[in-house]
Amino acid sequence: MKNIMVCMKQVLDPEMPLSLFRLDPETKAAVPPKGTPPVLSPFDENALEAALRIKDEQEAKVTVITLGKKLVRAVVTAPLAAGADQLVLLQDASFDEFDSYLTALALARAIKKLGPCDLVLCGLQAADTNAGQVGIGVASLLGLPCVTGVRSVRLQGDTAVVERSVPEGYEVLAVPCPAVLTATYEVGALREPGLEAFMSVGTKPVITWTAADLELDPATAGKAEILSMEVPIHESRCEMLEGVDPQAKAAELVARLRQAKVI
Amino acid sequence: MQTPNGQGVLVHCETAGGRLAPIALELLGAGSRLAAELGQELSAVLIGEGVRPLASEAIAYGAGKVYVADDSALRDYSCELYLQVMERVVQENRPAILLFGQTLVGRELAPWLAFRLDTAATMDCLALAVEPGSKRLLMTRPVYGGNAQAVQVSKNDPQIATVRLKAMAPAVREEGRTGEVVEVAVAGQLAAPRVRTLEKKVEPTAGVRLEEARVIVAGGRGIGDASGFEQLEELAALLGGAVGATRPPCDAKWVAESKQIGITGKIVSPDLYIAVALSGASQHLSGCSSSRVIVAINKDPEANVFKVADYGIVDDWKAVVPALISCLRTEAS
Repeated sequence: MKNIMVCMKQVLDPEMPLSLFRLDPETKAAVPPKGTPPVLSPFDENALEAALRIKDEQEAKVTVITLGKKLVRAVVTAPLAAGADQLVLLQDASFDEFDSYLTALALARAIKKLGPCDLVLCGLQAADTNAGQVGIGVASLLGLPCVTGVRSVRLQGDTAVVERSVPEGYEVLAVPCPAVLTATYEVGALREPGLEAFMSVGTKPVITWTAADLELDPATAGKAEILSMEVPIHESRCEMLEGVDPQAKAAELVARLRQAKVI
Repeated sequence: MQTPNGQGVLVHCETAGGRLAPIALELLGAGSRLAAELGQELSAVLIGEGVRPLASEAIAYGAGKVYVADDSALRDYSCELYLQVMERVVQENRPAILLFGQTLVGRELAPWLAFRLDTAATMDCLALAVEPGSKRLLMTRPVYGGNAQAVQVSKNDPQIATVRLKAMAPAVREEGRTGEVVEVAVAGQLAAPRVRTLEKKVEPTAGVRLEEARVIVAGGRGIGDASGFEQLEELAALLGGAVGATRPPCDAKWVAESKQIGITGKIVSPDLYIAVALSGASQHLSGCSSSRVIVAINKDPEANVFKVADYGIVDDWKAVVPALISCLRTEAS
């Protein structure tokens, strides 16, 4: 039976309207808007889909690991409905969700604590930090190879055969397991929960660990520091083109673009 | 904050088609400016096969020292092999600042080096500056899909950053510059990578590649279906451009995933970007904001895209796009 770990992050909904986006200058983080629940980071959902596709083909146990300061139960248990077998929640007020090093450290500890695994899957980058470092960090800390940006994964014995897009086309790579892979949207959307998986959610184990359970010293500092965070101000320079009908507006646009030597 | 205990700026120069890649020239530009502010040296690293002749180019573009790792084993990018080379160069050069492009290569090498060297990497930087007092590197990068920008510092050295394409002014080439070329001997010294390449498939893009297109017509959720995008293809063809999309049309399979523009797709900077029936979510605008001229066509006058556009038309794209096509056709004949 293959053992697959999928790291999934709870984030502010990246699709929420811009008008709801607010930063807290003290915490230097976005303020969760009332009435808009968090979601699981989109690329992490693609990573889970890649894991579930492996489970479609062969015997596999999929464990989802989620780390955060304050996890929302309804959000983080959704992977169980999609088909994951167990959930490990790493929740602690000391977790710094914006620090790649500290996050990778905690995840690596948890993965080690869970025992031998064949594959660790994460999203290419989180929708809030947009950094794309944690997958590599986990690999580095666990001494594993890592391939980023995969669009498909097949597990063949002790080897993961992965495809990823490159500027000129794509490449197919063979990675010895255990390994870390990070997934992009090209894997495909996470499946809707099947009725069976949905009904069995309550029977699936949910393990909760704190920083202490992972023997993490809360005083451990990250390697980077955020000095400030701001919403950039866009000074609108838009010239609205008027016209009696779409044809007139289109003609005006073409004229203006020719005048500006853009076309 | 501690003053850096490294010296100088080291830049990884990617190559393409036997020349320094555009991102390399941009990094050399940013690197020279930072080195000048620090009063320190700019160095470059070239890794590949047949890259040695480009060392003199890197010098002409401002590098005082160029490390060259030229070997058939390095012909194709391998994260594990390139990482070993970089670790050796960093150990010898001991830079205060290490710059990569936010490319397939940089996005892997920067975090790997950060974790290996017990320092931090800051990704997809839009701006770099030296803090006057501490001399530490201030790195500005987009977060929350581009809704916000964070300024970050690395506590340890080297301070590693990946830089977004076209964010920095490229270096200026000057004949007569001199510099030192340092060979990095790798033959028989690199541990074999664990990851093996089984196949590499070149897929020629029909038409212009988005990253190189001078004109892009991009559609959003409002296009409604795949046939709507065919109209955008027609318009793009008349303008000699390419078609792109926001995430929803790609998720809905109205267009190929490869057309996605944004922080999770491609970053583009054409001369003309026509945004059709897209609202302008930050993660999309992050992908096209450095376009020279942005035109927005949207039924909704409050659409966010109008905040970044140069020209706006508030109207139904289904009427405006055919009108544009017909106008351009009439002009051509």
